[in-house]
Amino acid sequence: MLATLSPYAYLVSAICCIMALRGLSGPDTAKGGIRFGVGGMALAIITTLLDPNMHSFGLILGGIALGGVIGGVIAKKIEMTALPQLVAAFHSLVGLAAVMIAGAAFTSPAAYKIGEAGNIHAGSLIEMSLGVAIGAITFTGSIIAWGKLQGVITGKPIVFTGQHFINACLGLALVVLIALLCMTQSAFLFWTIVAIALALGVLMIIPIGGADMPVIVSMLNSYSGWAACGIGFTLQNNLLIIVGALVGASGAILSYIMCKGMNRSFFNVILGGFGGEVAGGAAAAKSDKPVKIGSADDAAFILKNAASVVIVPGYGMAVAQAQHALREMADQLKKHGVKVRYAIHPVAGRMPGHMNVLLAEANVPYDDVLELEDINRDFPQTDVAFVIGANDITNPAAKKDPASPIYGMPILDVESAGTVLFIKRSLGSGYAGIDNELFFYDNTMMLLGDAKAMCEGVIKALEH
Amino acid sequence: MANAEVAAQADRINGTLGVLQAQVQQLAAQAATQAEAAQAAAATAGTPFFVVGLTVFVLACFVGYYVVWRVTPALHSPLMAVTNAISSVIIVGALIAVGLSDGALPKMMGFLAVTLASVNIFGGFIVTQRMLSMFTKKKKK
Repeated sequence: MLATLSPYAYLVSAICCIMALRGLSGPDTAKGGIRFGVGGMALAIITTLLDPNMHSFGLILGGIALGGVIGGVIAKKIEMTALPQLVAAFHSLVGLAAVMIAGAAFTSPAAYKIGEAGNIHAGSLIEMSLGVAIGAITFTGSIIAWGKLQGVITGKPIVFTGQHFINACLGLALVVLIALLCMTQSAFLFWTIVAIALALGVLMIIPIGGADMPVIVSMLNSYSGWAACGIGFTLQNNLLIIVGALVGASGAILSYIMCKGMNRSFFNVILGGFGGEVAGGAAAAKSDKPVKIGSADDAAFILKNAASVVIVPGYGMAVAQAQHALREMADQLKKHGVKVRYAIHPVAGRMPGHMNVLLAEANVPYDDVLELEDINRDFPQTDVAFVIGANDITNPAAKKDPASPIYGMPILDVESAGTVLFIKRSLGSGYAGIDNELFFYDNTMMLLGDAKAMCEGVIKALEH
Repeated sequence: MANAEVAAQADRINGTLGVLQAQVQQLAAQAATQAEAAQAAAATAGTPFFVVGLTVFVLACFVGYYVVWRVTPALHSPLMAVTNAISSVIIVGALIAVGLSDGALPKMMGFLAVTLASVNIFGGFIVTQRMLSMFTKKKKK
């Protein structure tokens, strides 16, 4: 009776997961969507536990409670600026869980109804080994991504000769070993596949620079979905296949959007090496050009007398935790009758939508926050563009200089605003290692200093 | 003598008949079990799960494609967090490992997977909730 009902319950659960994503089409419907997601997940777990042959409930509930407490505490305590690291860390957990499940299915196939130990159906073995390989790559790859975002591992690309050749060999070895596994059913081969995939995960991510992490985090998001699909085929469970495909599609689309935001192909990002030691010659040329440097008081004066201001935030704002000070500054300006809006570049920050979350955290109303294509036309009619912690996404070289590594990347046209106020710690180059000629424009005023301290300075000056 | 011969022959025929009867019964039984097996095979192997699964997979990819493109860019971070949470639905596989298998090794791996997936489910949904609760509209003056 229960066994016949469970596929229907899983179907309902899958629909709930689709509804959860559907809700995210707007901030108003999103909270309702999450309720669907939670409901769907609960239904899936309860349905599985209602299997009449189920035992060891103590162990199961213990695991759920332990994981729940750990996850809950982490999620409650985490700083919003550390979100990209958190998401990367969570992806690694999905990857490891997929490896464990495939391992359990391989050692105890009878429980999953896919044959007996040493005589597992060939189809199941292929699905299982694909799932375990993708899961293992997701696991170690996400750990490296986490390390780069957290600053534990250098954000610079780690490159060595023959890197891509080794990766290709490892990838080929995986395919051969999976084929051999189907013929021999050897446990040794199974764990060799896991080991190679773990190594491949590390090697694939280390050559990729910190600034490309938004693409990588999205890609690993996608991988965790495909791993779930692999497990779903092994378990012959449609719920896992549907949810895995949703997650896989979502991650793939996000990486595509990020790549488009940088005008680079996905393979260009994956092959890595970007943002290392480029632009050595350009640094010498900049010293002979004059740079206008202003103080917080100058900035306050210019901002107060403007009719409209567009704020362009970047990763530097997140690093300096300047979002609250920035919002206070904007509130002060609004009191002076200035129209304040925010412009978000698709690749600003270290994960898709990173800036939006930080601004939302600082209570900036989301209808003041606009995407690149919605606001770029307004810059010529804007009095002041206020760039805080962003650099490459405003670099006019992307439009003018075909030799620039970022040529062709869509940028925010801040230079067409009346005045550009540019907060920066020093006159150094951005993450892509490229000199920004915007610093030397006549209508640019550099505000050198910490983003948060500078905003607070402007607030003080505005209050006088 | 002729009588005795006829009687012996009748006896022999009777014996053969008995053997034949037994054989017929055996055959009938065999046919019955084979028919049963064939029926069972038709039910499962008629449409192997892989084909069904692949159909579901491809259709789900399309659903995912259209649903995700409708997500507003401002909510891409919550999207990532929530997809991360729902991808932990593989906990279903982990539950089977703990609750339906008998060996110590699969049970242990299952337990670890249940714990890891739970971290993700709770952590993912809570952090999404936190993010979404911060998105507020402009207050009307």
